[in-house]
Amino acid sequence: MKALLVLEDGSAFEGKSFGASGECFGEVVFNTSMTGYQEILTDPSYCGQIVVMTYPLIGNYGINDDDFEAEKSFMRGFVVRENCEEPSNWRSKKSVSQYLKEQGIVGISGVDTREITRIIRSYGAMRGVISTVEEDREKLLEKVKKAPFLTGQNLVGEVSTKEVYTVAGDGKRIVLMDFGAKKNIIRCLNKRGFEVVVVPHDMEADDIMSLNPDGLMLSNGPGDPVDVPKSIETVRKLINRLPIFGICLGHQVIALALGGKTFKLKFGHRGANQPVKDLKTGRVYITAQNHGFAVAKDSLPSYALVSHVNLNDGTVEGIRHKDLPVYSVQYHPEAAPGPQDSEYLFDEFANIVNS
Amino acid sequence: MPIYEDIKRVLVIGSGPIIIGQAAEFDYSGTQACKALKEEGLEVVLVNSNPATIMTDKETADAIYIEPINVQTIEKIIEIEKPDGLLPTLGGQTGLNMAVELFEKGILDKYGVRLLGTSLDTIKKAEDRELFKKTMLEIGEPIPESKTISSIEEALLFVKEIGYPVIIRPAYTLGGTGGGIAHNEKELITILHRGLKMSRIGQALIERSVAGWKEIEYEVIRDSKDNCITICNMENLDPIGIHTGDSIVVAPSQTLVDKEYQMLRSAALKIIRALGVEGGCNIQYALDPHSFQYYVIEVNPRVSRSSALASKATGYPIAKIAAKIAVGLTLDEMKNPVTGSTSACYEPALDYVVTKIPRWPFDKFELGDRVLGTQMKATGEVMAIDRCFEGSLMKAVRSLEIGVEALKLPGSGSWTEIQLENKLRIADDERIFAVAESFRRGWGVHEVYELTKIDKWFLEKIKNIMDLEKEIIKAGKDIDEELLAKAKQMNFADSYIAKLTNLKESDIKEMRKRFNIKVVYKTVDTCAAEFESVTPYYYSSFESGEDESVKMSDESVVVLGSGPIRIGQGIEFDYCSVHSVKGIQQAGIKAIIINNNPETVSTDFDTSDKLYFEPLTLEDVMNVIEKEKPRGVIVQFGGQTAINLADGLYKNGVNILGTSFESIDIAEDRERFDKLLTSIGIPHTEGDTAFDISAAVDIAQKLGYPVLVRPSYVLGGRAMEVVYNTEQLIKYMENAVKISSKHPVLIDKYINGKEVEVDAIGDGEDFFIPGIMEHVERAGVHSGDSIAVYPPYSLTQKEIDKIVEYTVKIGRALNIKGLFNIQYVVSEDGVFVLEVNPRASRTVPILSKVTGVQMVKVATRAMLGESLAAQGYYTGLKEPPNYVVVKAPVFSFEKLGLVEISLGPEMKSTGEVMGIAPNFEEAFYKAILASGFTIKEHGTVMFSISDRFKEEVVPIAKEYEKLGFDLAATPNTAEFLSNAGMGVKPIENAVDLIRAGKIHLVINVPTMGKVPSRKGFKIRRAAVEYKVPCFTSLDTAKALARALKKFTGLSVPEPFKL
Repeated sequence: MKALLVLEDGSAFEGKSFGASGECFGEVVFNTSMTGYQEILTDPSYCGQIVVMTYPLIGNYGINDDDFEAEKSFMRGFVVRENCEEPSNWRSKKSVSQYLKEQGIVGISGVDTREITRIIRSYGAMRGVISTVEEDREKLLEKVKKAPFLTGQNLVGEVSTKEVYTVAGDGKRIVLMDFGAKKNIIRCLNKRGFEVVVVPHDMEADDIMSLNPDGLMLSNGPGDPVDVPKSIETVRKLINRLPIFGICLGHQVIALALGGKTFKLKFGHRGANQPVKDLKTGRVYITAQNHGFAVAKDSLPSYALVSHVNLNDGTVEGIRHKDLPVYSVQYHPEAAPGPQDSEYLFDEFANIVNS
Repeated sequence: MPIYEDIKRVLVIGSGPIIIGQAAEFDYSGTQACKALKEEGLEVVLVNSNPATIMTDKETADAIYIEPINVQTIEKIIEIEKPDGLLPTLGGQTGLNMAVELFEKGILDKYGVRLLGTSLDTIKKAEDRELFKKTMLEIGEPIPESKTISSIEEALLFVKEIGYPVIIRPAYTLGGTGGGIAHNEKELITILHRGLKMSRIGQALIERSVAGWKEIEYEVIRDSKDNCITICNMENLDPIGIHTGDSIVVAPSQTLVDKEYQMLRSAALKIIRALGVEGGCNIQYALDPHSFQYYVIEVNPRVSRSSALASKATGYPIAKIAAKIAVGLTLDEMKNPVTGSTSACYEPALDYVVTKIPRWPFDKFELGDRVLGTQMKATGEVMAIDRCFEGSLMKAVRSLEIGVEALKLPGSGSWTEIQLENKLRIADDERIFAVAESFRRGWGVHEVYELTKIDKWFLEKIKNIMDLEKEIIKAGKDIDEELLAKAKQMNFADSYIAKLTNLKESDIKEMRKRFNIKVVYKTVDTCAAEFESVTPYYYSSFESGEDESVKMSDESVVVLGSGPIRIGQGIEFDYCSVHSVKGIQQAGIKAIIINNNPETVSTDFDTSDKLYFEPLTLEDVMNVIEKEKPRGVIVQFGGQTAINLADGLYKNGVNILGTSFESIDIAEDRERFDKLLTSIGIPHTEGDTAFDISAAVDIAQKLGYPVLVRPSYVLGGRAMEVVYNTEQLIKYMENAVKISSKHPVLIDKYINGKEVEVDAIGDGEDFFIPGIMEHVERAGVHSGDSIAVYPPYSLTQKEIDKIVEYTVKIGRALNIKGLFNIQYVVSEDGVFVLEVNPRASRTVPILSKVTGVQMVKVATRAMLGESLAAQGYYTGLKEPPNYVVVKAPVFSFEKLGLVEISLGPEMKSTGEVMGIAPNFEEAFYKAILASGFTIKEHGTVMFSISDRFKEEVVPIAKEYEKLGFDLAATPNTAEFLSNAGMGVKPIENAVDLIRAGKIHLVINVPTMGKVPSRKGFKIRRAAVEYKVPCFTSLDTAKALARALKKFTGLSVPEPFKL
């Protein structure tokens, strides 16, 4: 079956449908990871987005039972150069197309993903559609122009847990504010002995405190951080009451709670190869990233220090409160997928909470 | 950190001659390193014995020594040049071993030379088996159970504990020399006996075999601030058990989930940190295909063949960055040279698939043991890039130049099922074709997996290709747009589609045009298009997408490269291609290069104005030409590879720059060439062409024996032989060639004389001869395998004048524009032309360096219209210098079991070295040393001489006797020598004596050759395997005696600065 991908700038690509059929709208972004499509598919941060994989062969090792980052995929659509129908890996249980079908996600293969990437690189991330039902490009373009922007949607609400739940651990208790947390954040905390209480993104500060946490973890999540004003307010109230560690959207929420500002990057950072410099040690770490917004350096108040920067474009990759145990990074120390170089940040958090 | 303040002058040691396991990749990395050091304002002192390299070019370094790479020589160079630092990690294992030796002997300390980058401690931790094991265990990285042993008894005891199969890896050897897998006690003893001898320290590692596991490699870089990045990971299509240099390798890994990828990546960072490497490092793993279990197999604390491949596969210049790290820079302060804007502290993201296939020399060595194992056997490799695996595999296969255009070997259809099964089970160089053949016959993926243990992902892909092949055959002439588009996406060559559909290649091309199925070019940019890049490095694909390559607005010229390194076509042609690019650029024209060899300088993205990493077939080259519309194409510098394309290019209306196609054809076509020579009155060897065996016998009898026989159109003298009687002739005709009306055999009168080689440059008017080289060995030994001397050492002025006269005449008759090479034989009867090559020859780099004439640049500019006169050259021979240069061949016989080592018309050497000195004797001695022989002052010389040459050996044996050597000989030769009045010890058990180290030099002129069961063959093999110098030509033996007489090895020859 044919499928069409149409972008807001009017470019259109005809390919083959794989996964579910139908029509899906979203912000079209690209990811340069060469491995880890299963984790990417199930990273809730991609809620509201159509993801283009720049590596041309996707699905080589299938989908296994273990490497999910969420119970389901929130991705809107999936774009690949070539989809592998005969995966090979000892843990493989099904093909990507089978998984997409189960999840109701529309996919398109057989398109020039490099050309699409180059378009996004010069135009910026933009809205787009994948359709297996409509063949008229103009009509699809009109629809795209009416589709919602990423900003302004309640994406965090869609992916965050509705209920409080606890993942048992022998040690101290961490409350994880779930903006769309990847499971590996929980695993990383758990591995360090913590009991993890996962709470909805909109839980009130007092309710969080009533759980008697020893530390607060702010997760990654989808969309524009300004779309979670209530969470920002909650964090502001907790800043001098708990050690706080934020990742990705959680990092942006901390920056906003501290009085800083965020802005939208042209096409974001999505991949497993972003170099980040720790300004304290001068060391560089290769990091996994997935973000379209960033913290504006000049907007930060004097008590918030930039701790990490991106070596490629100089954007803020981490901040730290001058006096309080509050800090955050824009990238993913939990990896999955991507390099594990930054897992030490969880150790640091554990030291703070445990001391 | 800025560069170290106390370092101003750096010594770089190259890797020496091209041998199996150490090829052109170290010219690439060494050249890049030297450039990088000079960029940082440092002075570079370079030592390399290989004259065919770019790195020994004037522009590459500040002081250049083409000298033997040994401690004595390098100490002298250090004394003269007074470098502050030594960069040990860019000259392969040779450079690394030399650095260790210099350090251990206290020479670096004595002269205050600092080891840069990776420390000696680190080198030892990675190279010394026990230290390596200890380090890995300390950091909790798993390695296969193993034990370092220095005797066979120790080995047997250990294997009792862990069981067979086991791998044997001798310490400090190249490309796994002397190693192997043993499945039982007998195999263990055989391999170890040799392996221990080969090891520099007499040690070997016995290790549990994990054959069948996935073999995965990581290329890692670390700086002095402890920043670590991985440049690339690679997956071997062939599982563990085959040396990675002999494996088909794919980048990036295809079958690893992120967890596996990151697990091995994290381990790689841990390992490079534990070792403390500052620079590049290669780490090899075995990964269980059924669990997360893995072992660290090997670590190379230096740039390697794999890092050259990774550099070309990703665009990231590993050697350049590693060199800068060695002098103090850190990753975070350098820019990614490919994007020009982002950080060098970055891990490339690929958006294509890279496939590397080794190029093996079994076309030259039909007797060679083709089975692949832990001992590397390939001489070179090709790489191809495409957006899908099928496409990159298909492109790589047709880049090999082994007479295939797809996954089909001629004759594979007639393999029996049992043969096919064996070919799958026991891997040799043809296994990938066997896999394809099995799917062609409808075998199942699982069946093939069971036999090969190749991951099913790869097998499915190969099956895809075969399924499509079947579809195309079925469609035949009715092939439609969809099917054709699919075939092109998998990068089937037009010529192959034509074959499958019974159409003509031109029909397919026409059809493609009609259906608008177009080739597009994509950029290799290290970042999967995330950032803009500045590198003009392209590969083709047939995906229906964007073409990123924009035709240059300026006038351009295309230079065709020479493809994979193989016997007969080595690194010298890459040197020529690179120089041609420089010549074009000097003329103010843009240069485009097309080549497929990842080991080379020519495929470095900053060599040319545009690089197309493509197969060198007519279709692939025409695609580039149609895109770029260059002023012309240069075919003279890419060896026979490029010359062979001239015909097709010419017929497609492409402007071939320089010597016309017509002239090329005359030079290559025996009959036309003979006619031409006769018409201008130049004597040449008599001969005729035979189309069947009886005609051959008639011709030979008419000419009189001995005769030289060879198939028409050959490269490097393939299947060429001197035969002495009818019996031998018939045997040759039946076995060595498949004679037919299409493939005739040339039979020439063999003239016993001196062989002389001339390289000259023409512009159509003037013909300038930079130099003449005289061979030490008489005619009959392939020029590539001869020791050659510049200037000639025994020719008369009259003979030289004749040679000059003929060369100019031939140049004029062929209207040569550019380079040409003529081989002459000079006998008592006069000077005869043997052959003319209308292209650069393998002696061009050496002559360019020693005569100071930049031959390729001059020739290129002549081809572009600038006359020789305008460039300051003239008709005639350049005045020779007051020094002597000797070029000597280097062989890789110890890597290839059962190969005949005696010299003949068929080329066997893989590389060459040079000796340069004020006189012949010293230059000769240097060349012999540089080629890896150790000549003992005294000891036993053993003679074993064919009856034909027994008379001739007497005075030579006398020379050795006078030099103080003890003489020994096989019984017949001994009898002959004692009758001639010499004290000679007859020996029966030559092979045992060689093994026992009792023979120090072997002089053996074989009667037959090529028969492994014969005594002589066994003697020669034993000599090779036990590193005893063995000369099979009396001329070499005579020249050596002359050198030894005048120049004793007790003193070290003075280094000669170029």
